[in-house]
Amino acid sequence: MQLTGAEALIKSLEQQGVETVFGLPGGAILPVYDPLLDSSIRHILVRHEQGAGHMAEGYALATGRPGVAIVTSGPGATNIVTPIGNAHMDSTPIVVITGQVATGAIGTDAFQECDITGITMGITKHNFLVQSAQELPRAVAAAFHLATTGRPGPVLIDVPKDVSQSKMDWWYPTTIEEFDLPGYRPEVTLDADAVHRAVQLINQCERPVLYVGGGTLKSRASAELLAFAERTGIPVVTTLMARGAFPDSHELHLGMPGMHGMYSAVTAIQRCDLLISLGARFDDRVTGKVSAFAPGAKIIHVDIDPAEFNKVRFADVAIQGNVAAVLRAWDAFSAQPAPLNSWWKQLRAWQEEFPLAYDEPDLVGPLRPQLVIESIARKAEPGTIVTAGVGQHQMWAAQHWKYEEPGTFINSGGAGTMGFGVPAAIGAKVGRPEKTVWCIDGDGCFQMTAQEMVTARSQGIPIKVAILNNANLGMVRQWQEMFYDERYSQVYLSADLPDYVKWAEAMGCVGLRATNVKEMDDVIDEANRINDVPVVIDFRTDPREKVFPMVAAGASNDDIMTYQSYRDSQ
Amino acid sequence: MTPPEPYLGVTDRTPVRLHILSVLVENKPGVLARIAGLFARRGFNIYSLAVAPAEVDARFSRVTIVVDAESTPLEQIVGQLDKLVNVVAITDLAPKNAVERELLLATIKTDVDDRTSLLDIIADAGAAIIDVDAVSVTLMLAGTPAGCDELEHALSDFSIVELHRTGRVALPRLGKANSAP
Repeated sequence: MQLTGAEALIKSLEQQGVETVFGLPGGAILPVYDPLLDSSIRHILVRHEQGAGHMAEGYALATGRPGVAIVTSGPGATNIVTPIGNAHMDSTPIVVITGQVATGAIGTDAFQECDITGITMGITKHNFLVQSAQELPRAVAAAFHLATTGRPGPVLIDVPKDVSQSKMDWWYPTTIEEFDLPGYRPEVTLDADAVHRAVQLINQCERPVLYVGGGTLKSRASAELLAFAERTGIPVVTTLMARGAFPDSHELHLGMPGMHGMYSAVTAIQRCDLLISLGARFDDRVTGKVSAFAPGAKIIHVDIDPAEFNKVRFADVAIQGNVAAVLRAWDAFSAQPAPLNSWWKQLRAWQEEFPLAYDEPDLVGPLRPQLVIESIARKAEPGTIVTAGVGQHQMWAAQHWKYEEPGTFINSGGAGTMGFGVPAAIGAKVGRPEKTVWCIDGDGCFQMTAQEMVTARSQGIPIKVAILNNANLGMVRQWQEMFYDERYSQVYLSADLPDYVKWAEAMGCVGLRATNVKEMDDVIDEANRINDVPVVIDFRTDPREKVFPMVAAGASNDDIMTYQSYRDSQ
Repeated sequence: MTPPEPYLGVTDRTPVRLHILSVLVENKPGVLARIAGLFARRGFNIYSLAVAPAEVDARFSRVTIVVDAESTPLEQIVGQLDKLVNVVAITDLAPKNAVERELLLATIKTDVDDRTSLLDIIADAGAAIIDVDAVSVTLMLAGTPAGCDELEHALSDFSIVELHRTGRVALPRLGKANSAP
């Protein structure tokens, strides 16, 4: 069967089971958009290529299947660089297809030419510049294989225009050998000796903590984690990237560690004698000052990527493998610490003494952002998916919403990409249409990618967006207040400019506003009644509100400031 | 206020702990850029680098990278390098377990009647003259990195027009175990 490269590309995506792609056409990718008309694949036309990338990420994180984005060359390609970098930092499986100028024009500074494989070399798991139409099926199959196996990540396929226009004899690789990836061996055999040494450490410890990272979600190990934690009674902390990997309502769960983590979670790590890291990478937002991090702990480091071992912290035992497989192996050896009664007594005392706290709600307003999130959460169906941008609202969404299942909290962790929330929510809703999807956003973040609300409306993707509008770049404001003597530099945005209600309406969405507690409850109820169009709510929140607990950048986790301790110090 | 010194390059030719990585890579466009980019963005130091088609198969090339394992743990360098999809195999050669050779070419400005001492140095080093004209001599040495260092030092008394070194290539010393992560 003779096909054009473009037809072969679309057919290859169909072979991979792709149901939805996010994209925006342009010159170099034009040939690919023609056969798309005849395909079963749904195309979501975005308003900016960054939106397509974050939607693909949101889709991937909500479904566990790779997200796909298609954009054109030059500016189309550079506009999607931020989502590619974001997916790279958070190990999110996405496949990005970019158009490229014709092979003969490459290197001539042709119109809309850019070296996107060069640009993305350091922020993709791998990328391909396809040289012939005959190679396209291999590139697609290899890209999906790379994106989804081992440590997942973004893969880019750059397709020159003459490649998509020329003819090829249809074929599709069916074996791994045909992918032609001689240097890629993602399958791992567990090191029995390392597993055994880890079991010994677990059996000997007195104050263990399970430090659960995003790799636990990526390896779908929640059931194994629950079983292991319940059998051993070891306390669990879930990082920003792992919220939902272990139920927040579970009595063994201490919450999130790190810069804005729960006091009990942060301090448990500091005082533990065995830290069991499951798919986490000792990020600086978790460790604080590395030399003061968990000073008395032995480390068991489980990761699919051996390059993470000893990168930040020396691992007493390093086990390369899938988190679920490792937990099953430990269960098989009945790894079990001695009774943890006195450790739990200490943990409970910390939980009781330092709960998550904030100022009493004021009935007149402005709103407490934490209360807004708790109120939305209280009125939300179980299993609601939450996405967030980056900043204070993200931290409050991580702290004050209680996550009970995997894939229910989607945010930008490693890269910290403002504007991630809205497009990620759209991608999540497309992937899981049966779920309610709330984007908890900031006013600064919303303004970065708000144009995708037009995409949401035009494509019938009824997400709900809660803007915690404090008229400021709130996290930066918080740092300027606390560490720069209240010298506020370029953080004020205005609560009224833009008018978020009118803006939402102009984009075909329902726009609502709440300035006090009564209105807050009313608009949340109203938003919950609307299921056919997207809703944007402008919650007027207090700009002075700060995220606590907090460990200052570069400080030891021992110097954690809580809401109470900070207020007492003022 | 003193302005910072301009970057003049690293003049110390002998970092404390060199390690040789013999890296088998796919012979595809951009592979060298991927390796160089990885070293640059991770802040790993390359001491020298040599590339040539591999003996086993035309699909592969062999890259011999001499790294400074003092500034970054070797485990990190190997781990990150191994994640490059085009990297097929990495053989970690500790200098004591490897035979290393390097090629040095140098053009020395020298009058015909003033060449005796230079010829002595060339003979001592086991180097060879490969080109001459009335005012200069081009010589070569294929030798150990230390031998090349010595020759380079000896030549520093002469007027060096150009001096090129290839960076070393290495193979496992026979009869020694080498680790292949």
